Amino acid sequence: MNAADLSGAPARSPWQDVRQALRRRPAVMASAALLLVVVLLCLLVPLFAPYAYDQLDLQSIAAPPGAAGMHLFGTDSVGRDLFVRTFHGGRMSLLVGFAGTLVSLAIGVAWGAVAGYFGGRVDQSMMRVVDILYALPFMFLVILLMVLFGRHLLLMFLAIGLINWLDMARVVRGQALALKRREFVDAARLAGLRDAEIIRRHIVPNLIGAVVVCATLTIPQVILVESFLSFLGLGVQEPATSWGALVNEGAADMEAAPWTLIFPAGFLALTLLCFNLVGDGLRDALDPKSR
Amino acid sequence: MWSFVLKRLLSAIPTLFLLVALTFFLMRVAPGGPFDAERALPPEVQAQVEAAYHLDEPVWRQFGRYLGGLMQGDLGPSYQYAGYTVNELVAQGFPVSLQLGMAALLLALLLGGGAGILAALKYNGPADHGIMALAMTGLALPNFVVAPLLVLAFAVTLAWLPAGGWDGPASLVLPVLALALPQVAAIARLMRGSMIEVLGQGYVRAARAKGLPEYRVVLVHALKPALMPVLSYLGPATAQLITGSVVIEQIFSIPGLGRHFVQGALNRDYTVVMGVVVFYGALIILFNLIVDLLYGVLDPRVRQR
Repeated sequence: MNAADLSGAPARSPWQDVRQALRRRPAVMASAALLLVVVLLCLLVPLFAPYAYDQLDLQSIAAPPGAAGMHLFGTDSVGRDLFVRTFHGGRMSLLVGFAGTLVSLAIGVAWGAVAGYFGGRVDQSMMRVVDILYALPFMFLVILLMVLFGRHLLLMFLAIGLINWLDMARVVRGQALALKRREFVDAARLAGLRDAEIIRRHIVPNLIGAVVVCATLTIPQVILVESFLSFLGLGVQEPATSWGALVNEGAADMEAAPWTLIFPAGFLALTLLCFNLVGDGLRDALDPKSR
Repeated sequence: MWSFVLKRLLSAIPTLFLLVALTFFLMRVAPGGPFDAERALPPEVQAQVEAAYHLDEPVWRQFGRYLGGLMQGDLGPSYQYAGYTVNELVAQGFPVSLQLGMAALLLALLLGGGAGILAALKYNGPADHGIMALAMTGLALPNFVVAPLLVLAFAVTLAWLPAGGWDGPASLVLPVLALALPQVAAIARLMRGSMIEVLGQGYVRAARAKGLPEYRVVLVHALKPALMPVLSYLGPATAQLITGSVVIEQIFSIPGLGRHFVQGALNRDYTVVMGVVVFYGALIILFNLIVDLLYGVLDPRVRQR
């Protein structure tokens, strides 16, 4: 954070501010901790569980939780262990969430920083594009993409990332507009740096706060889109799974085996809620004006 | 005023065109045509089918033909349901989806608005905190998680309401609830925020000082300005309701347009998918436009830009 050092303000880094603000919000801290637990479970459970996610246990088909053997969450209608599947699916959902967010981050930051830094006519036309894209029904276009080009994972990352960068671009552009009037940008320009260098070295690093907030709020949106697609059978394909696909299977079997719905749905909802709470908390902490 | 209307109308055209062009050309660059079936057709039959659907013409001619058709409100034939046009599918499914969507929107406005006003009046009290915690949860819960859980509770376990289908008001309750819930939460949050702001304004204090009863202060003096952010949210809300209706119709087996869309998507029925994207896309753009115009009518400051 070069900017803070140069301005001569009392040496309290933005991160200290954030830590202090977050300490005053136990709900946000609790959500962050819960998220960490969910992420760890998703990473570790499939590694150490006694069953593979696609392994059939024909002795216990649709067994309720804890009824047979080591099936903590029970098994599904073909005898696969739901405990492992829930966290294996969570891996997929989180992976898509992070990867999709990275794509939208890359596009949004680049687009917004360029528009905000150059301003004027460049800014106007670039933001006009964002406005036009904003009005498109993106969920439908993503479904169209998945239908037309098959259900590849990579395509899904790209498609979902491509639809979620608009918010990021708007936020970044607003920040960049303000930043470019700061003295250190003038100094950099006088020192003879090219525009591309200034954007990369002086504008973008100072956007981190806003970008982190926006990214934290983008992750649940991306997870939501992925689950939506998988729920409809247009996303992740068998035997791989994700929370959306699991909720879909659970909804089909819920009369006989309600646990197949409740566990994946619960973890999906918990994760989305926690991401939203952490994102909101971070926004309040990093940008008190936005309230 | 009229220049404002005209400007907004003109700004909707590039979006609409982009939507149509994007959908059309995506379909054309996709690998495999709609008639590359598993069993290969004899070449002359294939040629005839392609000629019948004008697939043998150059792409730009096809695009022109499609645009021309759209101008006259023609979405083309369905590739899978032989003998059906996409228009017929829309005419069949959309009224159902419209009822579902309108009911959900109404519920979201009444329930969300009411909860938001209540929270604002009890600002920082336990009722406020409770409502906001609920709203946060509602916002994080997607329709397709809420819907099966509602079915599990009210249709399977309690057996109070039907789990699906489309006959009679009882079958409407669960789908409308599941569809509306995230919007209820969003509107409650918006309403609370703007109501708190308005209640701090001078004219509200003046109304109170006049000795007006509290309900008149809130419902007559504060409500209209506080509704403006909610009004501008109606555009995104409609988009989300339409998107949500796709899964809700699937879950409750409601014969609406969203169901045709998903069936079309799963069967790779290109024209149906494309027709629904264009139809719903146009609807969302149109609705955004109406909201924009309404906003301009209600708040003269917007027109000055």
